Amino acid sequence: MATRTRPEREVTQPRLGVVGYLRWGWRQLTSMRTALFLLLLLAIGAVPGSVFPQRSIDPAQTDAWLARHETTGPWLDRLGAFDVYSSPWFSAIYLLLFISLIGCILPRTAVHWKALRSKPPRAPKRLARLEAHADGEVEGDLAQVREAATAVLRKRRFRVASHDEGSVSAERGYGKETGNLVFHTALVTLIIGVAVGHLWGWKADVVVPSGDSFVSTVTRYDTFAPGPFVDESSLSPFAVEVEEMTADFNDREPTAQTFGQPRDFEAHVNVTEADGSTFTDSVKVNHPLEMDGATVFLLGNGYAPVVTVKDDDGKVLYQGATPFLAQDGNYRSTGAVKVGAASPEQFGFVGLFLPTAYIDPELGPVSVFPDTKSPALAMSMYTGELFPDGRPQSVFTLDTASMEAVNNAEGTDQLRLWLTPGESAELPDGKGTISFDGVERFAGFSVRHDPGKGLTLWSALAALAGLIATLTIKRRRVFVRLVQDGDVVRVDVGGMSKDDDERLPEIVREIRDELVGQSRTS
Amino acid sequence: MTNEILAQYANYALASAALVITVAMLCYALYLAQAVPVREAAEVRADAKVPATVGAGEAKGEDPPSSVVAAETPLKARKAAGIAGSLSWLGAALLLASFALRGFAVERFPLGNLFEFSVAGAFFAMAVYSVAGLRRDVRWLGVFVTAFVVLLLMVASTAWYVEADEVVPSLKSYWLPIHVTVATLSVGIFVVGAIVSALYLMSDRGVGSERFWRKLPEASALEKFSYSLHIIGFPLWTFTLIAGAIWAREAWGAYWNWDPKEVWTFVIWTVYAAYLHARATKNTSRRTANWIAIAGFACIVINYTVVNFYFIGQHSYAQ
Ligand code: HEM
Repeated sequence: MATRTRPEREVTQPRLGVVGYLRWGWRQLTSMRTALFLLLLLAIGAVPGSVFPQRSIDPAQTDAWLARHETTGPWLDRLGAFDVYSSPWFSAIYLLLFISLIGCILPRTAVHWKALRSKPPRAPKRLARLEAHADGEVEGDLAQVREAATAVLRKRRFRVASHDEGSVSAERGYGKETGNLVFHTALVTLIIGVAVGHLWGWKADVVVPSGDSFVSTVTRYDTFAPGPFVDESSLSPFAVEVEEMTADFNDREPTAQTFGQPRDFEAHVNVTEADGSTFTDSVKVNHPLEMDGATVFLLGNGYAPVVTVKDDDGKVLYQGATPFLAQDGNYRSTGAVKVGAASPEQFGFVGLFLPTAYIDPELGPVSVFPDTKSPALAMSMYTGELFPDGRPQSVFTLDTASMEAVNNAEGTDQLRLWLTPGESAELPDGKGTISFDGVERFAGFSVRHDPGKGLTLWSALAALAGLIATLTIKRRRVFVRLVQDGDVVRVDVGGMSKDDDERLPEIVREIRDELVGQSRTS
Repeated sequence: MTNEILAQYANYALASAALVITVAMLCYALYLAQAVPVREAAEVRADAKVPATVGAGEAKGEDPPSSVVAAETPLKARKAAGIAGSLSWLGAALLLASFALRGFAVERFPLGNLFEFSVAGAFFAMAVYSVAGLRRDVRWLGVFVTAFVVLLLMVASTAWYVEADEVVPSLKSYWLPIHVTVATLSVGIFVVGAIVSALYLMSDRGVGSERFWRKLPEASALEKFSYSLHIIGFPLWTFTLIAGAIWAREAWGAYWNWDPKEVWTFVIWTVYAAYLHARATKNTSRRTANWIAIAGFACIVINYTVVNFYFIGQHSYAQ
């Protein structure tokens, strides 16, 4: 409460010198008014991030937006509209706010520390002038009544001091400022927690078909995004096997708006921890798998058709559940089968997996329901080099830059395969056969390690507790003046508060009553 | 799965609530029209030219002793207010019944879409108003709160209505009742707070008829009342923010994704924090502070309408 904006007098002072300016600047930065301004600026600054697609969240949508707005797009991009929360101006706002915050907390803590150890101040001369006032008379002598007053105030959890014979000073509600400092300090530690998570945390994604497993190592993950200070060799090497991935879609109310909407996803897993101990669990949305060094979240799912490719002699060139990436709510999924073992020439397939296949006269092959009611695999074939220059590529796509499309046996058109489970097809030019053996589901896991999350959570809870304290506690001072008048003591009780304190007059009256009543009975 | 008959009853309860609250609104309007300016007795009639308002933020004005309550308000008006008060409780109860029936109909916690938020928000606004009425005389406020609630219910049951149904898996969590109930409760409080702030600002400016404003508590008292509502709403919103982050981590793997809904929850929080700061800053007038509170409420409205319908994010199911 000590750092309020000073009157502007200093601004007009002529020579300040460098130190003077610095001091002036610091005082401006740590003033309540600047804090207020920066808070509002932070609120306004956060808004564009909800209006424009953000690169860090959805890069594809950002690119699409840029493509649609050829003139304004690049300008907005330069202003950071697509990376708001890492843009220099947004960072500047919150950094200034936090410097201001620290500059505010430190001196106030010192002031409060002193206040906590000092006595309540001397009582003013005329208590009748205070916001709240009450008086009365008691029989007895001064010292006795003063004792009683001290006791009454102590019982009400006031800190009490007596500066002279005829007065008692009391104050309570220090918790208000303590709560306020806890709140503001907790905001600082919260940000530290967030920063720790960004610097020492990592996140990774991995797609695991039913029956498959993964070990938590950098190389096994499909994507791995470490913070700048992450030691990649230090990952705790736990293993997770997906025994079964189950999904439930609403197929019970064909007329409802929500027909076909997902209802439940669950990955039944067997876990082997880094120390070799094992357990089983199920990972669901809203139910992640908490491990020592990381947390495994179920964030995606889809179908992995099981495909077998054999050469002309019946030797298996490729076999396995191959994840296809869902493109819409009915799991029309795209994917690729890469037959790297084929010789002399490699070949691959790209195409669609349709859990409930239907040939739409206009749209072509689509899926009309997300569950596997009548699955089909529609693919075309390419021959050539699968990984030109060894470039990495997504498991869901085929880089056809160095490949050639294969035509059907008649040579009239590109080869189009349409397979349902159990079916197989002959490949042209004696390249062998492909069969569609069945369908598995895959689990899309996101694995994350955030060493700052505990600090962040506890800070948030401390901030909440501090906030409740500071907003509910009232800081009050109550003074009692006593004057001996023959056999009786005249009692004056006065109260003051810095806060909007509706209950103060009532409390002052109660204290008077207690004092007068108590002494009377004694 | 969904029980259509229960859902139908929920809608009947909602329609009855809207009707009851509309009647309450009319009674409150009647009360306000006939009420004798509260402060007339306390003030000298000669200085009628001087606006009855004490400058905002100035030293604590000499509040008229609270004993000068308008004894002369006609019996008819007082009766109307009494009826309106009972109807407000009834309206709140019917809204709660509608909410509960909807919950039974969909076999889940009924806060999964904008329609359901609106019903719950309307309930909380009525409940907050009625509970406030237990501790102080807020009959003057009734017409404004009920009018807002009636408007909200009208929009909700026409434009935002959705059939009762289950929710997507990411909403199936015990965090749903915790997070959204508290969010809606704080919105209910902010609704009443914003109305009082707006009344304060108009009263302070002396917008329109002076006699009208004298029927309400003095501007500085309005301002304090608004503050006491906001300091209840703000910690609840802070809790909403924290609970949302905890839930976001369980459902989407990260406690903060800058998803549009999260952004706006944060923006609302920041604006209300600015309100509390502005109010505590000596050099900032109470008027400015209350404008910031209104801005905070505007952000809530944007959050529940524009953000739900136009911004694509992980919360888009809220449509
Ligand atoms: C991260 C930004 C900040 C947030 C979110 C924030 C939030 C708040 C909130 C919600 C309150 C209300 C509690 C109350 O009324 O007691 C408050 C009070 C206060 N804040 Fe901040 N604050 C921030 C930064 C600052 C800074 C930078 C300063 C220093 C200039 C500051 C100084 C104060 C003071 C002195 C009060 C007490 C006002 C009073 O009760 O008299 N705050 N703050």
